[in-house]
Amino acid sequence: MDFALSADQTMIKDSVDRFVADAYSFDARTALAASDTGFSRDHWRTFAELGWLGIAFPEDRGGFGGTPVETMILMEAFGKGLVLEPFVPTVILGGSALAYGGTNEAHQQLLEKLIEGELLLSLASAEAGSRYEPSIVDTRARRDGTDLVIDGAKVAVPYGAAADKLVVSVRTRGERADRHGISLVLVDRDAAGVSRRDYKTVDGQRASDVTFAGVRVPGDAVLGEADAALPLLEHVLDLGLGALAAEAVGLMSVMQRTTLAYLKAREQFGVPIGTFQALQHRAVDMLIQLELARSIVYYGTMALVSESDARLRGKALSATKVQISRSGRYVGQQAIQLHGGIGMSEEYAVGHYFKRMSMLELALGDVEHHLRRYVRLGRELASAAPAEAVEELVPA
Amino acid sequence: MDLTFTPRERAFRAEVRDFIRTELPPATRAKMIAGEELTKDDYVEWQNRLSARGWLAPNWPVQYGGTDWTVVEKHIFEEELALGYAPRNIPFGVSMVAPVIIAFGSEAQKAKYLPRILSSEDWWCQGYSEPGSGSDLASLQTWAERDGDHYIINGTKTWITLAQYANMIFVLARTDRTVAKQKGISFILVDMTTPGVTVRPIETIDGGHEINEVHLENVRVPVENLVGQEGQGWTYAKFLLEHERNGTAGVAGSFQLLERLRAVASEQQLDGRTVLDDERFATKLAQIEIELTALSYAQLRSLAAESAGASPGAESSFIKITGTEIQQSITELMMDAGGYASLDPQTHSALWYFNFRKASIYAGSNEIQRNIIAKRILGL
Repeated sequence: MDFALSADQTMIKDSVDRFVADAYSFDARTALAASDTGFSRDHWRTFAELGWLGIAFPEDRGGFGGTPVETMILMEAFGKGLVLEPFVPTVILGGSALAYGGTNEAHQQLLEKLIEGELLLSLASAEAGSRYEPSIVDTRARRDGTDLVIDGAKVAVPYGAAADKLVVSVRTRGERADRHGISLVLVDRDAAGVSRRDYKTVDGQRASDVTFAGVRVPGDAVLGEADAALPLLEHVLDLGLGALAAEAVGLMSVMQRTTLAYLKAREQFGVPIGTFQALQHRAVDMLIQLELARSIVYYGTMALVSESDARLRGKALSATKVQISRSGRYVGQQAIQLHGGIGMSEEYAVGHYFKRMSMLELALGDVEHHLRRYVRLGRELASAAPAEAVEELVPA
Repeated sequence: MDLTFTPRERAFRAEVRDFIRTELPPATRAKMIAGEELTKDDYVEWQNRLSARGWLAPNWPVQYGGTDWTVVEKHIFEEELALGYAPRNIPFGVSMVAPVIIAFGSEAQKAKYLPRILSSEDWWCQGYSEPGSGSDLASLQTWAERDGDHYIINGTKTWITLAQYANMIFVLARTDRTVAKQKGISFILVDMTTPGVTVRPIETIDGGHEINEVHLENVRVPVENLVGQEGQGWTYAKFLLEHERNGTAGVAGSFQLLERLRAVASEQQLDGRTVLDDERFATKLAQIEIELTALSYAQLRSLAAESAGASPGAESSFIKITGTEIQQSITELMMDAGGYASLDPQTHSALWYFNFRKASIYAGSNEIQRNIIAKRILGL
């Protein structure tokens, strides 16, 4: 175990920090968020040129053989800049489904296009009736010859309008909450029967609600194992959780740093407000929450890198999401409070970090969802092998 | 960055686990699981087994009997001790006075005291707080007056953990009243068998006797027992406190407390199942366990930074705050989980709760820790 960055990792960090510093001033970000697409295709080409789009994928799939550690480095920097490009939907969610669930040459070619920056993806797994639970799937796909015909609706598909293809979870067998019977299929943006309601989210990003009415896809659009894709979907979602958690650390670190600077600069009653003990202790608690969040991200990232048992991995990533969400909520609320009125202003950056953090808390499952999942997986592990559960107390 | 344990680290974990399994006396382990108090003999026997293996003082330099373990290995060692229900490290000798002696003491002091700590011939206690000096430690009044080649010490020290087992006490005493209060303090080693030293027990709200008041009345101590320079005691005390804070976080020990909490919750019924199986309880427990996991990585990061040359500063205060808050969350939930059984002192479940209220007070209260961090990060 070694917390120091390798030479390669340092290069990645330097380049992404430079990108954020150059391209993501607050004004530039505000303009980009107000644009039609809500992100920049030019930036996306930069991502491709710098190799970031292939970093997470194994070399035998055309990627650059990085690990979730490299993703963590990128995502923390993206968080610091409130970066808007659809890196998580395309690379981490959609791309991982392709990389780990691809079954044919066409899938491989799609992944290569993605790495070159020529393909955007998103994941359509959430439904109005499923809340955050990916195993509850009402969207159905029936077999018609070798084709699948999809009927149903998905919500909150991140950057759904920009995605060339969607990875959609569908029920091909069983009842709505069965763990078995779920498949993942690739659906073209423009396929007949797909309709979308696109909207700008409260944190300046984009999302879509997508309806599928008799949408016909060929059998080779299936990713992973037909009827048994839930483990693949959960793996993909865990990778997404790891990426979001690292982004959250970036968000929190900016909120913490900005607030600290404000406490030193802002004077009331003739003194800097940071001299007041009531505010000092809040500032300290913000730092503590940031450090706890950063630490659990290392833990979650380690589980993504090395944990082969899906339940242990899932438990670690749920733990990660719980901690970063709780820490983020505290840091965000205090950042606004300690700034006073200016924190409420749309023209001031800190409120935008607060809003992004708040929406990130909900993405891929909130605290309540992940506490339940953590407990459920813990019980499954304990009943499977009691000794294993005790050993697992030690994050190893 | 490599966030996985190396094969060497995993082998080390297995080696430690194996050692505890074979060397920890079963009776001691049983007491630990039941949450009963250990006797001095229990502690000494375990310390001697660790010492025989060369593992009593992992943090000391090798030349004095320490180890060359990496921070990760030290972390693994602590974790395994806790998970194996080994007795807690009694810090006053090994982890508190020894680092001060190694850093600031004379060669004669090192030669005399370090081996006696490793052999458990000496049991040390810490003479810092006084009835009138708690958070404002530098206001302490214990007076050491020079008389030829002796100091004559008068004063009262309080909240002294396990002084009833100790034969040595390190004392902060004022040796100069004419300078700023931090500048007139000296760090002096006192043999408790010297005439004039008396120990009075203080019973705590959990019914236990862990802490004491120590009176020093005309206690004659040879000048050679002064550590470092006269008047530099405050510097040494702060050095010690920063080391102490990392130790008082009790991160590994909290994993042990969580096991105890699970045991309490699994013995209580609620709606036809155990409290442990209750969803509301389970999510509360999960929340604490998750925060503890985060803290354990924070501690590892802090130790890694320290071994790379950073001095323990804001991190050790932050780890102390969070670690003790977690101890308190666990023991609070333990009392709640016990239900009516918590009424009975024999179940210990409420007693742990009462006992751990101390954690946010000792070693510099958590409010003082926040002041320390605020000063560092704000510089105001």
